[in-house]
Amino acid sequence: MGTHSKIAAADTHGHHKPAPLGGPLITPVTTILAIVAMIGVYFILKRFVFGLGSVANMNNGYPWGIWVVWDVVIATGFACGGYVMALVTYILNKGEYHPLVRPALTASLFGYSLGGASVIIDLGRWWNFWHILSPAYFHPDSVMFEVAMCISIYIMVMWIEFTPAFFEKWGMKDAKRKLNKAMPFFIGLGVLLPTMHQSSLGSLLVVYGYQIHALWQTVLLPLLFLLSAVGFGFSIVIFEATWASAGFKRDISPELPILAKVGKILMGVIAAFLILRFGDLIVRGAIAEVFTSGAKSVMFLIETALFVTPVVILSKPENRKRLSKLFVAAFTMMFAGALYRIDAFLVAYDTGPGWNYFPSVPEVMVTVGIIAIEILAYIVFVRFFPVLPAQSTAHGR
Amino acid sequence: MTINRRDFLRGAAGGTAAVAACATLAPTPAEARGNLPVPENAVGLLYDSTLCIGCKACMSGCKEANGLPLEDTVGEGLWDTPLELSGKTYTVIKVYQHGTMEHKDQAENGFAHLKRQCLHCADPSCVSACPVNAMTKDGPLGIVEYDKDACIGCRYCVAACPFGVPQFQYDTATPEIAKCQLCKHLIAEGKIPACAQVCPTGATLFGTYKALDEEIARRKAMKPGEMHAFPRRTVDSGDVHEKAAPRYVDHVYGQKEVGGTQVRYLSGVAFDKLGLPTELPERSYSSVSETLQHTLYGYLAAPAVVLGGLVYAAYRGSQGHDDEE
Repeated sequence: MGTHSKIAAADTHGHHKPAPLGGPLITPVTTILAIVAMIGVYFILKRFVFGLGSVANMNNGYPWGIWVVWDVVIATGFACGGYVMALVTYILNKGEYHPLVRPALTASLFGYSLGGASVIIDLGRWWNFWHILSPAYFHPDSVMFEVAMCISIYIMVMWIEFTPAFFEKWGMKDAKRKLNKAMPFFIGLGVLLPTMHQSSLGSLLVVYGYQIHALWQTVLLPLLFLLSAVGFGFSIVIFEATWASAGFKRDISPELPILAKVGKILMGVIAAFLILRFGDLIVRGAIAEVFTSGAKSVMFLIETALFVTPVVILSKPENRKRLSKLFVAAFTMMFAGALYRIDAFLVAYDTGPGWNYFPSVPEVMVTVGIIAIEILAYIVFVRFFPVLPAQSTAHGR
Repeated sequence: MTINRRDFLRGAAGGTAAVAACATLAPTPAEARGNLPVPENAVGLLYDSTLCIGCKACMSGCKEANGLPLEDTVGEGLWDTPLELSGKTYTVIKVYQHGTMEHKDQAENGFAHLKRQCLHCADPSCVSACPVNAMTKDGPLGIVEYDKDACIGCRYCVAACPFGVPQFQYDTATPEIAKCQLCKHLIAEGKIPACAQVCPTGATLFGTYKALDEEIARRKAMKPGEMHAFPRRTVDSGDVHEKAAPRYVDHVYGQKEVGGTQVRYLSGVAFDKLGLPTELPERSYSSVSETLQHTLYGYLAAPAVVLGGLVYAAYRGSQGHDDEE
């Protein structure tokens, strides 16, 4: 505790306040992103005119394709940076992580908002989407109801959590002070809601029963999905810090000691995931399936290798001090977590003979287009609004 | 503003304790939700594969009764030729074939029919899955009904059904879920489902769940080869034909699968050969899923407690650095 207090005290002085980056909006990168986004928008329009089958390969054996599994199940996982940083900074009260909160929250905001938007693209009867929020249609027994409800409210909460940045930009000091009084409530909600729906993304599969292979089907799915979400969250914080420093040519060294700590927590989270997963397989007597299930075994083993890699890298303290090693560990964890979720929803899912699914090119272009929009929005946003910690002024005070 | 060491420690300890308390309180135990029973006045179908001659009158009757379009899989534009359930087809007759196909209802060198359709589970996965109550089993007859006006088209029901029954329409901008609703509109007029009405051999038989119970028991008690009467349309229609009793497999499909279904099957050939999933547990998947959900979220008690702890911790934390944000 002693070291914490010292760091916190030092940080209160040394923090760089968030500031807009400024700079040009039209660059080669943003132009390419805009073109990719337009291609995606074309196929989205086609889907709304001619139906899901005109663009996507999903079918009645695999009714959920990448628009659900990538755009929602994985993308919201990737967007858990804001969740975990809020948890660590405000709930566990580690003020030292403060500079990482706003960038993480911004990425979460866009990840979730676009995840929510792509749900509309995926919903067959999208014009009825409001039924999720209307008590007349509530069905609380449904896992999907809980997921949809939680995600909808969480998106609103994140916009509220971010509003102080707008107030700063527009100099509305009074409004900011008033909002900050209510902020603990929204921060609490902002931690509770992802805890609920990230675990429920796993619970979605429980009702599928035998259709999900024994290596993935377990009542521990909610806990495993929650841990993978927390792992995603810490990984994305490292990932973003690296990219934001490279992409915007910012000096990362002031943030490196905090990132090293994030790396240590990440190691613990992944280790917990692995222990729980294998413990569950042993208890359920499904451990032999690890080697006897053909292609599914291979996928399981690749997943496991990917989860073990960051634990090995991060177990060496000197690796945690080097951004390149932290980045590799974070990237491997994101890859592992994404594969875990793809496997659970698509590879482990078997509705019977004769059905198969692989996304079509237009289907992929919709997802890629949405990612392009997300990155584009992030770039524009951090150039306009105070998100990233300011560089020169307070540095080395 | 700076925070001194004592304030920081106090805040951190308070926050951590609050979260720890939440974590301990969170899994408030709720009673396990058991299988839902077959409703008292449930109706259903008995499909006897040994009586089915594969004429597909049921398929055509179903299309007519439900206003479903022709499904052309051979490209001639003349025949309704669905190969499986689809967005245009609520029921389909499939056939098991082996070797020379000489003997009806035999696994070796034989063949047998199977009628695919909604089984109207006692405790349906699709109803549990649906976020907006578009799939329901509320009526006294226990029919699993679909309301397109409530449906958001998420296709969770399609994915969740252990029998692969609900079918989404991928070829239209205004899709619906296609699925047998036991011709509820005909039952409302005092009629019976079209497939049972038109079946020439009584292979598809309509009745109350209880009446079908007795009919299943009667058939299972028959000695193979003995002549017996088999009713058409409904158990007590009086319209019967005489036939030598077949050799049934022991398994009555739908009696226990995922908590029981209101459409049940008799057959002379094992059901795995007919393409039905035979490893299903007796406990419904809905009950497993809902027990989990209720344990975590029953009456929103656990989330409310956790939220209280989180808000308190965030409030304590905010006291330390309110000048920063």
